[in-house]
Amino acid sequence: MSQSRFTWLPKLLSRLAKSRLALSECPDAPRPALAYGVQAEDWGRLPVYLQEQGCRFAGLWAEVRDGRLAVLACVEKQGDYLVFETEVPIAKPELGSWSPVYPGANRLERHARDLLGLVFLNSPDARRWTRHQAWGEDEHPLRKDFPAEGHGSAPTPADAGYPFERVEGEAVYEIPVGPVHAGIIEPGHFRFHALGETVLNLEARLGYVHKGIEKLAEGRDGAGLLRLAARVSGDSAVAHAWAAAQALERTSGAEVPERGLMLRALLAERERIANHLGDIGAICNDVGFSFAHMQFGRLRELWLRRNAALFGHRLLFDTLVPGGVARNLDKDGVLALLADCRALRKEVTSLFPVLRDSQSLRDRLMGAGVLAKDQAQRLGCLGFVARASGIDYDLRRDHGYAPYERLSLEHPLHQAGDVAARVLQRAEEIYASLGAIRQLLDRLPHGPIAVSLKPPEPGTRGLGLVDGWRGEILSYVRFGEGGRVSRYFPRDPSWFNWPALEVLIHGNIVPDFPVCNKSINGSYAGVDL
Amino acid sequence: MRRIFQKIYEIGIVTEPVARDAEYERLGRELKRRVDERFRGSLAIRQVDAGSCNACELEIQALNNPYYDLERFGLHFVASPRHADLLLATGPVSRHMEEALRRTHAAMPEPRWVIAAGDCAAGRGEFVCGYACAGAVSAVLPVDLEIPGCPPTPLQLLQGLLVLMNA
Ligand code: SF4
Repeated sequence: MSQSRFTWLPKLLSRLAKSRLALSECPDAPRPALAYGVQAEDWGRLPVYLQEQGCRFAGLWAEVRDGRLAVLACVEKQGDYLVFETEVPIAKPELGSWSPVYPGANRLERHARDLLGLVFLNSPDARRWTRHQAWGEDEHPLRKDFPAEGHGSAPTPADAGYPFERVEGEAVYEIPVGPVHAGIIEPGHFRFHALGETVLNLEARLGYVHKGIEKLAEGRDGAGLLRLAARVSGDSAVAHAWAAAQALERTSGAEVPERGLMLRALLAERERIANHLGDIGAICNDVGFSFAHMQFGRLRELWLRRNAALFGHRLLFDTLVPGGVARNLDKDGVLALLADCRALRKEVTSLFPVLRDSQSLRDRLMGAGVLAKDQAQRLGCLGFVARASGIDYDLRRDHGYAPYERLSLEHPLHQAGDVAARVLQRAEEIYASLGAIRQLLDRLPHGPIAVSLKPPEPGTRGLGLVDGWRGEILSYVRFGEGGRVSRYFPRDPSWFNWPALEVLIHGNIVPDFPVCNKSINGSYAGVDL
Repeated sequence: MRRIFQKIYEIGIVTEPVARDAEYERLGRELKRRVDERFRGSLAIRQVDAGSCNACELEIQALNNPYYDLERFGLHFVASPRHADLLLATGPVSRHMEEALRRTHAAMPEPRWVIAAGDCAAGRGEFVCGYACAGAVSAVLPVDLEIPGCPPTPLQLLQGLLVLMNA
């Protein structure tokens, strides 16, 4: 950690001291964050000061510790991360909610409630979230007394009776959509209230693809953790595996060799480009511009074939291993990738002007689904969603993890916050990633691609922080006996981008929902866990 | 508009008859013959994600890109289960999707077929035996065929479809 880090911390600490909020620094902070213990009574007061001092809310999760429930929350300022934690007895697991101050905390608190039984006292919305009907209200799958394999194989009923918000009024009608959608996409439920064509209210109900990933992680070794992480959200296999790997490597004190780091970044940027290509095409398709769908589908396919040829998997699954990467890249591989970059740059340079100048595309995408900067800030939006609304945060620059701190990246930024801005943002991010890949390939050093690492000590923990193509991924891992995982919580950026959809759809027409949704492209799997 | 046509002209048809994917082309033609015989030229597929990590969907979507262009063999994806002959299910069947999967299947007219696509759906993936999953599509529905892969590639998916047609 460089000297210039956490320059804002003394001011925050003195502010908290003045407010009689007693903190104790945790010697076992999950690196690279600093961590402070807080009294449970003070938990609900804390976010007021954090927000006042300009801290962005970045995550909240809980774990069982020696028969007590520990709750952890993470905030970020200027690229530095701070974790606060407190403990409550399992017999009375109550504490204050952060949601009134940080609305982004709401779904995470409800998730913690469903899985661990925490009660957030003054929460503005305490309905169940991840839990449907697969377990009872008083059962909590992440508690130690809940069997990992569950309660037998009796059929699970549908989750009827979820208390959706209601909009009343003459001529207001309700449209339920999902969980099974019309296309080949993930399942979830959307409840619209509309007046004529205009959306008055939208509420998302997710949790349908909840697989119990956090419980399945328990007892895994490092390699098993990375395999699972790659499947948290399959479109972000590299980013999630990298975040888990960082947490593991920071905990066991391993230094990934330079070549391994560069190859990881190469894989991550290839993943970003593949997703941007596919989604730009799909967004155009949602408004009937199939030309772009075919063209970008073609470019994505070529990109994936190269992944298969050089890295052994079209979507780069399991290309990361503890301590480095699984496969080396030879000279011919480097040349092929460089040629790909040139070819792709040429292709997109001929395609983007067609998109930009298409009158019908402009009509549909400009002004649709506007997310204002202050709304994005309030919700804690991340990645291209935030950057298309004028929030200039990029983990690769502002947190500066290896190897990105040694690259010079372009950082596109847009202000309009509409669907068109999100498309443009992603188009420009393709160029930025091509530039990054070029630098990585030019500087790829010789040497090993992985180190072996010793298993982490019981009780130790670490954080992973990676800029996936959707934005900041934050992964927490704690290790138990034999260096096996005792807690894994991956916080996908979708936790904060999904709620944006409910906000930006207001006043848009129902037929624009698909394109608005696609322009955010939250991961269902990534939040359902 | 001129640039659109120019691009279309430059790129030409990439749908593969080329050597690299001769295998796909051969399988596809055989598949078309079987679909023509058994389904009068058209097989409708309803895809359901029953707890996938979403990568299986990405590869199924790829079947519609211009390289694979599944529709030319007479297979197409439909929105309504009422129109579907074949249910293509992915994922370990999360318990929260169990009933939706059952209902989708029940809404399909007979005769109907079920393919479990991907290691998860076949009960071999990273998510088996968790409290939140039924474990495999076959734990919930009668499955006619399992397609391996994590995720199955477009070629594997096509091979699977052909095996089902020949069964
Ligand atoms: S088989 Fe693999 S790709 Fe498909 S849903 Fe399971 S983990 Fe994801």
